[in-house]
Amino acid sequence: MNLHEYQAKQLFRDYKIAVSNGVASDSPEGAKKAALELGGDRWVVKAQVHAGGRGKAGGVELVDDLLAVENFAKKWLGNNLVTFQTDEKGQPVNQILVESCSDIKDELYLGAVIDRGTQRLVIMASNEGGVNIEDVASETPEKIFKAAIDPILGAQESQADDLAKSLGLDEKQKLQFRDIFFGMTRLFIEKDLALLEINPLAVTSDGDLLCVDAKINIDANALYRQESLLEMRDLSQEDEREARAAEWDLSYVALDGNIGCMVNGAGLAMGTMDIIKLHGGEPANFLDVGGTADSKRVSEAFKIILSDSNVKAVLINIFGGIVRCDVIADGIVDALTNMGVDVPVVVRLEGNSAELGIKKLAECGLNIIPAVGLEQAADLAVKAARREMK
Amino acid sequence: MSILIDKETKVICQGFTGGQATQHCEQCIDYGTKLVGGVTPGKGGQIHLGLPVFNSVKDAVKDTGATASIIFVPARFCKQSILEAAESGIKLIVCITEGVPTIDMLEVKMRCDDLGVRLIGPNCPGIITPGECKMGIMPANIHLPGKVGVISRSGTLTYEAVKQTTDFGFGQSSCVGIGGDPVPGSSFIDILSMFQDDPATEAIVMVGEIGGTAEEAAAEFIQTNVTKPVVSYIAGVTAPSGKRMGHAGAIIAGGKGTAEEKFKALESAGVYTVKSPADIGKGVAEITGW
Repeated sequence: MNLHEYQAKQLFRDYKIAVSNGVASDSPEGAKKAALELGGDRWVVKAQVHAGGRGKAGGVELVDDLLAVENFAKKWLGNNLVTFQTDEKGQPVNQILVESCSDIKDELYLGAVIDRGTQRLVIMASNEGGVNIEDVASETPEKIFKAAIDPILGAQESQADDLAKSLGLDEKQKLQFRDIFFGMTRLFIEKDLALLEINPLAVTSDGDLLCVDAKINIDANALYRQESLLEMRDLSQEDEREARAAEWDLSYVALDGNIGCMVNGAGLAMGTMDIIKLHGGEPANFLDVGGTADSKRVSEAFKIILSDSNVKAVLINIFGGIVRCDVIADGIVDALTNMGVDVPVVVRLEGNSAELGIKKLAECGLNIIPAVGLEQAADLAVKAARREMK
Repeated sequence: MSILIDKETKVICQGFTGGQATQHCEQCIDYGTKLVGGVTPGKGGQIHLGLPVFNSVKDAVKDTGATASIIFVPARFCKQSILEAAESGIKLIVCITEGVPTIDMLEVKMRCDDLGVRLIGPNCPGIITPGECKMGIMPANIHLPGKVGVISRSGTLTYEAVKQTTDFGFGQSSCVGIGGDPVPGSSFIDILSMFQDDPATEAIVMVGEIGGTAEEAAAEFIQTNVTKPVVSYIAGVTAPSGKRMGHAGAIIAGGKGTAEEKFKALESAGVYTVKSPADIGKGVAEITGW
């Protein structure tokens, strides 16, 4: 789950990480009032969406008068912002963050993520802050400095100081950096984050360190114990169908093709997409019905798949381990009976109770195309979708 | 021969009396697994599936001499349960549960390593040595005792690989689902090295997926340490990169992590790769000449 910048910065304040003063607002009048409250004669106005690359897309501006604050808010609130990190529809803007402006001398990068390789929380820092940081990382990896946090010992002062030294910080900044380093490490662990990013970490003209942008992503597996963060969830930033799927413990991602897929297990779901493509078809979605799918969940999965009007055929590929194929078969029969599904449905059942499941489908009298094996399932689904197109 | 488990392995189950655990333990017992008891705090002294229930792993180990544990407890209790097993003398832990917070796994993994305990999972189908012992949730009937070692990050794709090697008549020496979580208890490399040393394993199937750099690391390891033929499939060639936040994930991966990168790394390490999940069995036949 992602947070907005203004929410992330609130957490930063809670953990004594230096951020600019700012107020978020959902109306042009509110934005103007926020600027007045903050004082000064220069503000940064920022559209709040769950994506990076906002500056280049016009979602961040430096403004010198209150009317410009109001106009920026009018322009973006209720509209979508498209950046290189969003899809082509972009993300809806429902909040504008108005911040006091600081003179920035230098832009650093600071990030924290779980490194699967070392199995540690790794803090990454670089002098090359800004949007091109990924290029820096792949072309000149030596310019990314890293500190791996020991899960039992925790963050060490020497690690903070080593990074500060690599970044060439002066004595005053070194002490400020320690606060940021410890604050972000504590925040990451206590709040079960999956990603924390400060890009840029600014050096102001006064020589102070200040977090100018903030990104936070939370480990979805840990949301049960992060209730305060769960309250910050902004469903408008999530794909409607994906969010609906998540309510049913289904994992769904919409794609551009016309073959709807319902599979158990993320790996097999991706494998099914791969083999559809190898047979000349295009998957309409990724959908993992999970390890404990029941008849009701299969019905919901059908509804979500068929809410995409591009879908011309559905391929159901179940290799039962935990999941019982006969239960899936019941769900398929229920869904087809109650929903009036009018596209061909190819079903491949294998594993746990597969024989019983196949028998149930054969006896239900509905128009279901049975498949044996992955290869045949993909072939039949691609052909069925082609017939429907004609 | 086999890796990790055989017909002598004494297994207990943590979360024994729960619904999923009961269903799968029954199937494990039917398969011939030497399940000797289970743990459910507060239910010690009861009999479940004809086996003794204990309040703690310590009690279970003392009474049964178990060396392996399969865990079905809910995700929020997994950290505690894994650590309890590791500290009570269990040497092999298989955690089936999905949804364990990553932060929990950082400490768990480190403690298991320090104690010399082998952890498989979480979020995995488990381990099976066909014809001898099943410590997992995989459908038993697709397996056949034989000579292919199977390792996979994905549960259901493991079954796919198993079924194909069975249909070709090769069978499996052991199959290990290491799970798809960011911080798994065991890596491809851990299991590859066991298969390399296992006389019963004559070829290896490794099923990976996009994300992380475990397959790239495995490729490097194979190049210098594995002499047996390896067939590999990576799921997700067609998966879109999708919406994302920030850069940190890309920076830590350093340009690795896509299916193309993984295929490339594996091929340059001499691994026989297949682009379709339906070609895994065929790949084994081609590379071994069986």
